[in-house]
Amino acid sequence: MADQLTRARLGGLGRRLAGAVFVLWAVATVTFFAVRMIPGDPAEAILGGPGSQTSPEALAAVRAEYGLDQPLLLQYLHQLGRLATGDLGQSYALNMDVGPLVVSQLGGTLVLALLSLTVAWLIALLLATWSTGRGRLARQIGSGLEIVAAALPHFWLATTLIVVFSIWWGVLPPISTADARGLVLPVVTLAIPLAGFLGQVMRESLTAALESPFVLSARARGESERGVLWRHALRHAALPAIGLSGWAFGSLISGAVVVETIFARPGLGRTLLNAVTVRDVPVVIGVVMIVALVYILMTVLTDLASRLADPRPTTSGTGAGA
Amino acid sequence: MTPADQLTTGRPRPEVALTVQNLRVGFGAPSAEDAVRGVSFEVRAGECLAIVGESGSGKSVTARSILGLAGAGARVRADELTLAGESVLGLTEPAWRRRRGRDVGLVLQDALASLDPLRPIHREIGDSLRLHTRLDATERSRRVLEVLDAVGLPDPHLYAGRRSGELSGGQRQRALIAAALVLDPPLLVADEPTTALDVTVQAQVLTLLQRVRSEGTAIVLISHDLAVVSRIADRIVVMHDGRIVETGTTAEVLGNGRHSETRRMLAAVPVDKPRGARLAPATETRPAGPALVADRPAVPADPRNRATPAVPLVAPAAPPATPGAGLALEAVGLSKTFRGPHGTIHQAVDNVSFRLQRGSTLGIVGESGSGKTTTARLALALTAADAGEVRLLNEPWSTLPERDRRARRPLMGAVYQDVLASFDPRLNVREILQQAVTGPASAGRARGRRSSAARRGEAARVGSLLDEVGLASGLLERRPADLSGGQRQRVGIARALASRPQVLICDEPVSALDVSVQAQVLDLLDELQRELSLSLLFISHDLGVIQHVSDEVAVMHDGRIVETGTAAEVFTAPAHPYTRALLAAVPRLI
Repeated sequence: MADQLTRARLGGLGRRLAGAVFVLWAVATVTFFAVRMIPGDPAEAILGGPGSQTSPEALAAVRAEYGLDQPLLLQYLHQLGRLATGDLGQSYALNMDVGPLVVSQLGGTLVLALLSLTVAWLIALLLATWSTGRGRLARQIGSGLEIVAAALPHFWLATTLIVVFSIWWGVLPPISTADARGLVLPVVTLAIPLAGFLGQVMRESLTAALESPFVLSARARGESERGVLWRHALRHAALPAIGLSGWAFGSLISGAVVVETIFARPGLGRTLLNAVTVRDVPVVIGVVMIVALVYILMTVLTDLASRLADPRPTTSGTGAGA
Repeated sequence: MTPADQLTTGRPRPEVALTVQNLRVGFGAPSAEDAVRGVSFEVRAGECLAIVGESGSGKSVTARSILGLAGAGARVRADELTLAGESVLGLTEPAWRRRRGRDVGLVLQDALASLDPLRPIHREIGDSLRLHTRLDATERSRRVLEVLDAVGLPDPHLYAGRRSGELSGGQRQRALIAAALVLDPPLLVADEPTTALDVTVQAQVLTLLQRVRSEGTAIVLISHDLAVVSRIADRIVVMHDGRIVETGTTAEVLGNGRHSETRRMLAAVPVDKPRGARLAPATETRPAGPALVADRPAVPADPRNRATPAVPLVAPAAPPATPGAGLALEAVGLSKTFRGPHGTIHQAVDNVSFRLQRGSTLGIVGESGSGKTTTARLALALTAADAGEVRLLNEPWSTLPERDRRARRPLMGAVYQDVLASFDPRLNVREILQQAVTGPASAGRARGRRSSAARRGEAARVGSLLDEVGLASGLLERRPADLSGGQRQRVGIARALASRPQVLICDEPVSALDVSVQAQVLDLLDELQRELSLSLLFISHDLGVIQHVSDEVAVMHDGRIVETGTAAEVFTAPAHPYTRALLAAVPRLI
């Protein structure tokens, strides 16, 4: 039995690894062809962009150097081969290795995303606990706020926050600075819409938990409202939100593209935007691959967190008997 | 320690555990009618008082008011409400919290959901100690193990760390009772503590409650089932419409119940009632179509020799078959295994064979996990068997490819226990039945394409289905979620009948219903069987129900059929020890 369990776990791990490799391959493939579909000549981009006057000889030399004169399929296979050995290649525009470049930008974006996720969780928890078990009006206000928050686009939120906090009141810097104050507006911009999503699922499961028989049992033991919330209901409410956090992290990184650009904050998002603008294919692929890797890691982490919060064994789909 | 250890701690007990005088509980607007309207009773130490009534009779609200848990919007008033010698009228919430768990414990139905599924049971049980005593962690865990041992959980050390989902039904109900008893309160309120449990587990839980009572704890037992309460109650209070309509000792109420509600509840208990005997008044079975059921003898002389009604409601698809004229359904050597989450193999159904005679009822009885539901799915050919074959009306059925089977699917109808889950929640009753009448293939097609005559025909058919199952046409526009349990099950039956089936597979069709509603549905199925010459495969964990509805019975245990025979044979002279154990556990009206 124990042997069987170990084998089942190892099998699970193997499946997960194979899945991760598949995702990385798919990401690399889609990105490679998507970038190639942007009109224009990559060789021109290498030589300084479409505006610069370049001789046909120079273009031909660059094409030969970067292998751009080979058939697309061959280039693709070549790219895959390099990725498989961990080589992200050389940036066309910045004349440096993509690996160190991407890694140097990763930290800023990770800090931004993790802080935003934390703040979003806090807002969602506060809103959900405040608005449940307090009557219809509170519930409607809570759910209304969540819907509005979830619908706010990042670019609008960022500009509005800048106008209010930097231009009118002048309390926070409009562009990212080295100190913590510069992080406030970008984090809030990313956290508010996410808090709307998380709050919606949390409040729904919190309401269900508070109406469940085990909460009635706890009350019948003399448990206080706070005890009911902390010892029982919140844990149940957190489960779906934890499951959602892996996805949320991915959406935060895509939000970072907008937010880092607006707040002039260094990071993966801005690097990606710049690279797409100048058709710096290796950097685009490098950023996307790193983001995919982080996303896979986050998914594993949220799975582990779910397992910790809900240690019940997962049941297989085949039910027997009644 | 042995399970024979005392449950109690020797805490002094007041002679009267609970006094309720003129209790009134209302919800919503002050002008709205109260849910409980002037209820009075008293429970002494070591006494078990049962409050019985249908859903909506106010019995659960009464029980919860005793703990101050009637709900945030409830208005609770009473002339007297005394718990453990102290008045609890108008207590503040913190004062209530000090009493709950200490002076009164609550045991709910469905321990799976009544214990927090994410927390180990020792923490759930230890919570009362943490809240009401100054014991440290070691002392708390000692008391938890003690009380788990006292309620008869084997190996408390092993089980204390498990969660409710990792325990069997009986184990978790014991754990729930342990959680209520850990502080040895003078009063235990048990709200349907054995509903939805298998009979043998139910018997064990009732025995445990008997022991609790004999050690001096007062019990208020809430139930809809007179047979269950008759086993342990000293006195019975019958509630109807928020009032007490009858009260007396158990023997008085069961033997000499005067109020019509009491008599109705007694009549509804199916156990030991002969096949075909009515369980509910005729007007309740089909309130909408009284003329349809008026002129039939209440009890046919010989249930196997049923007369076809003079005017059949619906022309059956095939000429009405007389019982014994062939096999409606035949299973030969069915087996099915499932793979568990960690590669374990579970033999759900093991070499099961049965024969359902045309026009008769075959009851399959067994406890949870015995393979009943898998057998039903195999019979419906919704699950492919590993081995064996099912034949429908003497023709191949389970061996056909699904494409060929589809044309014959209308011959078979299915009625499920959780009927609400089997409806699309966005559809109302009319749409559900319309879809069942037109069939799934045409339901998706544009409505406009069907001729108006066809649509009139469908509407008429939906109307006649409603009549058959005794539902008022006013319910057509309602959604199933807004219907009562009994009404929902009638819609479920109407849907199963829509294709004019000859065989009806009923999987626990009345298990979620109150006894009196169950009685109406059982009567309805019996009438429909006679009118439409239906053959019924009736699956249930409830031996009383099986005994009442079946011509022949198959007893299932661990995936196998351990005994078959006519209902009379199996129930009067059971051959297999498992059948005998099951029968001994059936609650009867004593």
